[in-house]
Amino acid sequence: MSSIRGSRGAEMTMTTDQNTPAPALDIDALSVSFATDGGTLHALKDVSFSVPKGRITGIVGESGCGKSTLINAILGLLADNGEVTGGAIRLGESADITKLTPRQMRDLRGLQISTVFQDPMGALNPVLSVGKQMRDIQYRSNLSKREKDARSVEMLRQVRIPDPEKRLTQYPHEFSGGMKQRVAIAMALMMRPQLLIADEPTTALDATLEVATIELLKELQQEIGCAVLFISHHLGVIAELCDDMIVMYAGEVVEQGSVRQIFRNPSHPYTRALLDCDPARLHERVKHLPTIPGTLPDLRNRPKGCVFQARCALAKPECGQPVTSVEVTPGHIARCIRTNEVTA
Amino acid sequence: MSEQASIKPAALRARSFPGLAALRKILREPMGFFGLALVVLILASAIFADLLAMYDPTKIAPQNRFQGPSLTHLLGTDHLGRDLLSRVLYGARIALLVALGSTALSLMLGIVLGLMAGYGPRWLDAFLLLVFDAMKSFPTIMLALTIVTLAGPSMVSVVMVVVMVSVPGYARIIRTQTIAMKTAEHVTAARSMGAGTIRILRVHILPNIIGPIVILASMDVPVVIGIEAGLSFLGLGVRPPTPSWGTILNDGFANIRDSSWIVIAGGLPIILTTLGFTFLGETLRDVFDPRLKGR
Amino acid sequence: MSAPLLSVKDLRVVFSVGGTLSRLRGHVTAIEGVAGVSFDIAKGETFALVGESGSGKTTLARTLNGLQKVASGSIHFDGKDATSMGRAEMKELRRRAPMMFQDPVGSLSPRLDVRALLAEPFRIHGMSDRDLDAEVRRLLTLVGLPVDFASRYPHQLSGGQARRVGVARAVALDPQLIIADEPTAGLDVSVQGEVLNLLNDLRDRLGLSMLIITHNLHVVRQIADRTAVMYLGRFVEMGETEAIFRSPAHPYTAALLSANPEPDPDRVHDRIKLPPEVPSVMARPSGCEFHTRCPFAQDLCRRNAPPLRVNGGHQLTCHFPMNTPAQAGLEQAQ
Repeated sequence: MSSIRGSRGAEMTMTTDQNTPAPALDIDALSVSFATDGGTLHALKDVSFSVPKGRITGIVGESGCGKSTLINAILGLLADNGEVTGGAIRLGESADITKLTPRQMRDLRGLQISTVFQDPMGALNPVLSVGKQMRDIQYRSNLSKREKDARSVEMLRQVRIPDPEKRLTQYPHEFSGGMKQRVAIAMALMMRPQLLIADEPTTALDATLEVATIELLKELQQEIGCAVLFISHHLGVIAELCDDMIVMYAGEVVEQGSVRQIFRNPSHPYTRALLDCDPARLHERVKHLPTIPGTLPDLRNRPKGCVFQARCALAKPECGQPVTSVEVTPGHIARCIRTNEVTA
Repeated sequence: MSEQASIKPAALRARSFPGLAALRKILREPMGFFGLALVVLILASAIFADLLAMYDPTKIAPQNRFQGPSLTHLLGTDHLGRDLLSRVLYGARIALLVALGSTALSLMLGIVLGLMAGYGPRWLDAFLLLVFDAMKSFPTIMLALTIVTLAGPSMVSVVMVVVMVSVPGYARIIRTQTIAMKTAEHVTAARSMGAGTIRILRVHILPNIIGPIVILASMDVPVVIGIEAGLSFLGLGVRPPTPSWGTILNDGFANIRDSSWIVIAGGLPIILTTLGFTFLGETLRDVFDPRLKGR
Repeated sequence: MSAPLLSVKDLRVVFSVGGTLSRLRGHVTAIEGVAGVSFDIAKGETFALVGESGSGKTTLARTLNGLQKVASGSIHFDGKDATSMGRAEMKELRRRAPMMFQDPVGSLSPRLDVRALLAEPFRIHGMSDRDLDAEVRRLLTLVGLPVDFASRYPHQLSGGQARRVGVARAVALDPQLIIADEPTAGLDVSVQGEVLNLLNDLRDRLGLSMLIITHNLHVVRQIADRTAVMYLGRFVEMGETEAIFRSPAHPYTAALLSANPEPDPDRVHDRIKLPPEVPSVMARPSGCEFHTRCPFAQDLCRRNAPPLRVNGGHQLTCHFPMNTPAQAGLEQAQ
C-alpha cells in the first residue's frame, strides 16, 4: 500500500484522543444476549466503537452479524428476551443510556436519535397526511400550526420533494417509493437530532434512486452537522457515503477504521473475503465468482478465540486462543492475529 | 394430509415435536393445566359413562324420589327417582356430542364455503357473502324456534341451529384469510408450477390459515354447550327421557324450593365444561399466537 | 442457426384500472405494462432483462409463465404458440419453463418441509409414482445442500439455502428454460456469488436456457449472454452483454451503468444523473418516452418517437445514441 494513502488514512482516523470532544455515540464493550429455547444466544460480544460528531460511520456485515441487535440496543428497543449483559452506550456527553428508564429512553428517541429504515412505510402512517405527521413530530415545540407547517415545507424542499406545499396535504400512498424514503429522511432530520441511524435506507431502491438518496443524505448531514450511523450490506454505498466504517461478523467488530484505510488495506480476512465477493469489483465476466465457504458459527456456542476461524483461509491453531485487536495503522484496528498476512 | 404424512417417519417426527412442545407449554400455564384437566375429566366421563354410572339414567324408581346426595346416590335423585350422577355422566355424552359434532360440522362447512368465496370468482364471493350476512342477521333464539317448529325438537335440530349460527362467522374469517393469502408469493409459485385450484387450496393455503380458526372454534365449544343446554331446558332440544344437562336443570328448576341439589347437579357440569374449554382455548391461543396474549 | 427456444414477437400486456365509472368519465382505464416487446432466447443462452422497478420486467416474465394474460403479440416456446394453449399444454409449458420468484423464503409454502416442497412438482405433474425420496435426495445434492435438509421447514432456512431449494424445485422436472425473477435479491454478497455460480453451473451441465430479471447490473454481467434494458414496458436497448457494458448506446443504459456505487472510496464518479421521478405508464410522454429524464434530450426527442435501429444483434431506440451499435461492436472486437 502506498505511503500517500497511509498518511491520508491517518488524518481520517477515528478520534479517540482524550482532548477531542466527546463523540456523538460511544459504544463501549457492549454485549447483548437473548434467551432462547436452545440456550443463551450471544448476539453481540464486546462491541466497541464510536461515531464522531459530524461524521458518517458505516457498518457493514452480512445477515446474522448483529447489525439489527446493535441498532435496537442503541434505541433501547431490544425484544423482551434480549438483555444488555455488559458494556455501555453513551450518547454525546450523557451517561450510559442502557441504564435509562423506558420513559427517559422514549424522550431520547426522535429528539436526539432518529432513525430511517429500509422500508419507509415503517415510518409513515398510511392513514394520516404527510403534513399532519410532520406536524406531530414537532409536538415538543411551541410553534403555531402555521409555523410548523412552514418548517415541514422547508424540510420537504430540502429533500427535493417538488411542490412541497401541495404535498403536505397528501397521504403516503400518493408518493413514489423514492419520495417516501425522502419524506422519511425529512421527518427523521426535522428535529435536528445529534445522531441519525440509517438502517439500509437505500436497499429497496433502484440504483438511480439509491445514488440520488446517498447524495441527498450526504448533503443534509453536512448542513445539519449531525453524526450518522449508516448500516448497509452494499460496499459501494459505504465507500461512497461514509467517512469511517466498522465491519461486523457474528456479533463482533472485526475491523474498524476510515473508509480509505479499510478499502485500501483490508486487514481482517473476513473484510478481505467480503471485498473479494463484491461483483462490483469485477470488471470482467469470471468463470467462478468468489464466495465465503462455510456458515456463521452458532451464536449460542461461540467458538473460543477468533469467530471467523472456521471459514478463514489463514486460520492456524493459535486462532483458537483469545484474540486481541491489532492497530494496523493509527485508528485502523483489526481483530486478527495475522493482519500482516491478510495484507500480503 | 396423507401425502405429507406418508413420506417418511422423519417428517412425522419433525411434526410431532412442535405438538409435544405445545403440550408442555399449555401445561406450564396454570390456566392451561386447569382447562386441560377439566376437559379431559369431562371427556372421560362422557366416554366411560357406561362404566362409571352405577344406575340406568332413565330408570324410574318412584320409591327413591327427591333423595338428597348420599353414598348410594352421590348427587341425589330427581323427581322420578333417577340417579342424578348417572344422568349427568350420560348428559356429558349428549353435550359433547352436540358441541363437538356441530362445531366440527360448522368448521368444515365454514372452511369450504370460505375458501370458495375467497378464492373463487367475484360473483361467487358476492353471492356467498350475501348468504352469510342473511344467516347472521337472524337472532339465535328466533332461528332456533323456527327450526324446532319446522323440524321438531331433537338433537338434530340443535345441531342445525348451531351450524346455522356459527358457519357464517367461520366462513367469513376463512374468506378474508384466503384473500390475503391468494396473492402470497408461495401461492403464485405453486400456480406457476401448474398446480390446480384444489391442490393450491388444500396444500398451499389451508394449512397456513387453519390454526387461528381451530383455536376460535375451540373457544366456541362452551357456547354451543350453552345453546344445547338452553334449548333442552326450554324443551326444544333433546327430548326426555334422554338425559341432558339442560333437562336436568329444568327438572331441578321445577322443584328448586325443596330439592336444590338437582339444579346444582345440572348446573355444575355446564359451568365446569365452559370454564375448561374457555381456559384451554385461551391458552391455546396464547401458545400458538403469542401476539394476541393479554388482549 | 437453429430455431430459438423462446421467441416473443411484439408482445403487449394490458391492465385495466378503475371501474366502469372512470371508463364512463373518459379516464384512462387500460395501461400497457408491456408495450410491444420482441426477443428470442436460443437454446443454452442466458438472457437478462434489466430496468428500474415498474419497467414491466416482472410483468413480462409472469406473462411468459402464463400468469398474466397476453393482449396481443405472440410467444412461441419450442415452436408452439403459448398464447393459444389449452390447459394441459399450458401445464406442460410450465413444467418445461418453470419460474423462480423474488422472495427466496416467501416463495416456499411455509407449512411444507423441504421434502414436500421438492416433491411438489412431481405431484402436480402426476409423477408421484416415482421414488420421490430418491428424487428429493438427487435434487438436494444437485444444488449442493445436505440431504438431511429434507426435514427442514422454510423458516429454518437462510436466504441462500431457501434460494437453493427454489433452484432445486425449478430444475426438478428437466426444464429447458428457467425464468428467474431477481434470483439474488435479498441475499448477502457472499451468498449471491454462490447462487450465481450454481445457476451458471446448472446451465452448463443441464444445457438450460435462462431468463434472468434483475435490477442489479453486476449480476447481469456475470451471468447473461445477452441483455435487454426495459423502460416503461419497452426495450430501449438490447444486445450482447459485454457490448452493452463496454459501450452503452442508450442514455438510459449509460445512466443505469453509471449509477452503480463502486467499492472504491477514491473513485471519481462521472455520473449521468437522472431526475428520480419515473413517468407513469398511464400518461406516457410524447416522442421518445425517456425524454423527460434524458439529460441529452432535444426537440426532436420530444416530438417524434425514435426509430428502432438494428445493427447485427444490437437494437436501440434513440435519436442520438451515445455510441452507435456499430461502434459498440467495433470496440468489442478490439
